[in-house]
Amino acid sequence: MSNKIIYALYNDDEVLVDAAKNLVAQKISIRDAYSPFPIHGIEKVLGVPWTRLAICAFLYGLTGTALALFGIWYFMIDDWAMNIGGKPNMAFYQNIPAFIPVAFEFTVLMAAHGMALTYFIRNGIFPGAEARNPHPRTTDDHFAMEIHPSDNAGMSEEDIKKALEATSPVEIFEKENH
Amino acid sequence: MHKESAIRTPLILTDKTYHQITEDVCAPVEGKANKYWYMAFTVALIAAVWGLGCITYTVGRGIGTWGLNNTVGWAWDITNFVWWVGIGHAGTLISAVLLIFRQKWRMAINRSAEAMTIFAVMMAALFPGIHMGRIWMAYWVFPLPNEFGSLWVNFNSPLLWDVFAISTYFSVSLVFWYIGLIPDFATVRDRAIHPVAKKAYSILSFGWSGDVKAWIRFEEVSLVLAGIATPLVFSVHSIVSMDFATSVIPGWHTTIFPPYFVAGAIFSGFAMVQTLLLIVRKVVSLEAYITIKHVEYMNIIIVITGSMVGVAYLSELFISWYSGVPYEQYAFLNRATGPYWWAYASMMTCNVVTPQLFWVKGIRRSLIASFILSIFVNIGMWFERFVIIVTSLHRDYIPSNWSMFHPTFVDIGIFIGTIGIFFVLFLTYARFFPVLALNELKSILKSSGEFHKKQ
Repeated sequence: MSNKIIYALYNDDEVLVDAAKNLVAQKISIRDAYSPFPIHGIEKVLGVPWTRLAICAFLYGLTGTALALFGIWYFMIDDWAMNIGGKPNMAFYQNIPAFIPVAFEFTVLMAAHGMALTYFIRNGIFPGAEARNPHPRTTDDHFAMEIHPSDNAGMSEEDIKKALEATSPVEIFEKENH
Repeated sequence: MHKESAIRTPLILTDKTYHQITEDVCAPVEGKANKYWYMAFTVALIAAVWGLGCITYTVGRGIGTWGLNNTVGWAWDITNFVWWVGIGHAGTLISAVLLIFRQKWRMAINRSAEAMTIFAVMMAALFPGIHMGRIWMAYWVFPLPNEFGSLWVNFNSPLLWDVFAISTYFSVSLVFWYIGLIPDFATVRDRAIHPVAKKAYSILSFGWSGDVKAWIRFEEVSLVLAGIATPLVFSVHSIVSMDFATSVIPGWHTTIFPPYFVAGAIFSGFAMVQTLLLIVRKVVSLEAYITIKHVEYMNIIIVITGSMVGVAYLSELFISWYSGVPYEQYAFLNRATGPYWWAYASMMTCNVVTPQLFWVKGIRRSLIASFILSIFVNIGMWFERFVIIVTSLHRDYIPSNWSMFHPTFVDIGIFIGTIGIFFVLFLTYARFFPVLALNELKSILKSSGEFHKKQ
């Protein structure tokens, strides 16, 4: 089993999508694609499932609401109830309208930061992380496709390269898989 | 792929390619700053240093150095606070609300508008901080355990809601902005030649690689953050307005305040975006991306929100008369005809009258007229806050308490100083950050580019 990765570099997003469709039709498994901007629809061609980050955000938001309401109940009702200007404040249910703003803000705070943190962790990006794009121009105007020969057991590297060459790439290059 | 009608005005002019977009946006980051940048930076820095001096003086001597008195206990500090928060609102509105409405024209202006938001909210947060007098006790605004005193903070108070609103707004805007910046920092990183620049942008870009999953997550995060930032924007300025509206001062105690403040915030924010971008597009040659059409779209929003603010001013006047409450009636009569009539007149002229000129197509498509009128709005919106705050306070219930507000050099210095600090930050941003959202612009090149539309 070879430990190589084959990359094909394209100079247009539509060429890349057509090439990917072509290769998938030939039963060649594509591991990944790198692009300078999101290409809509490529995930369906490559069979990458949609992210569940939005569900995470919802759960973080719920946590935020619950924490905020619990905290306010503890501070304002349980631990040290204050009579401020005779406003209703000895019972949680009477006071809830005044607690909505902070509960809302805290929900947003938790949902946004929880989601952002999950995003960083799932992408494996943090300050000082090593860039993993195969070619420096994939953040400019080029688009790369990544194929692992180990994913395509029934095919030789030459067959894969031959199939790639038929899709009019700018360049085909190999890298060692570390 | 997104399809767009061929007769719709293109958002990217001339025959740009993906690579040309990268070149154009990275040019200011990679090249040397011109003399105008250095001149502007020097002026801003002098103002910033002067402001920091005045702030230090205030912290050292106390807020007695300001022109406040027993009757007018809130003046320029809160005026400036609300003004800066309001300016901040356009950034999130452009990036969040326009994203949800799928307005592609936001892509040329969202990055700078968000930067403006972040810097403006920083300036805003400064004022309540220094107004506390003992700024080293500022952490007492957070709910901290009893070792710091025997009471918790009061969750019934709009001032505490403000603490949560402003800190949430600032941190969420910052994260939203930075997540959008990461792929563009990666572009700058992959082009950088100087090893120090390469290292710096490598750290800033968090090792972004741009694979399929990363982009899927990127789009999802942008959409969901936009979804939760939208109600956040509206809540923040509503809460700011409640600082006034929940009190019982005539002129403040009105239910119209939250929507009226939000409209005013969007109005002033777009004016500031207009002021900044009309300069930026010229200085860093981005006329092909920030087109006349973009300027026109922003002017349309300015005229609409300006009219909403105008309707709010008139409703206030009507309701004060209709309420039959003599104190309320006097507060508004005094605003318009009392000793601060000139402030009220400036507010009415700059916010209600002059923006109506944007109904004329020639004026809203003229760069010079847009620039001048956007400055008018910035001034008018400052006066709006001044009018609301000072004219409502300076006539107390007992005439012997009547007073006027006279700003001291410290008041003026701090205000000028925040403008200086703001521009120091913004100019630094314009020098070292990609000022347009590269990845987003590239994704609309084929649907909204002039060259591709012709084909």
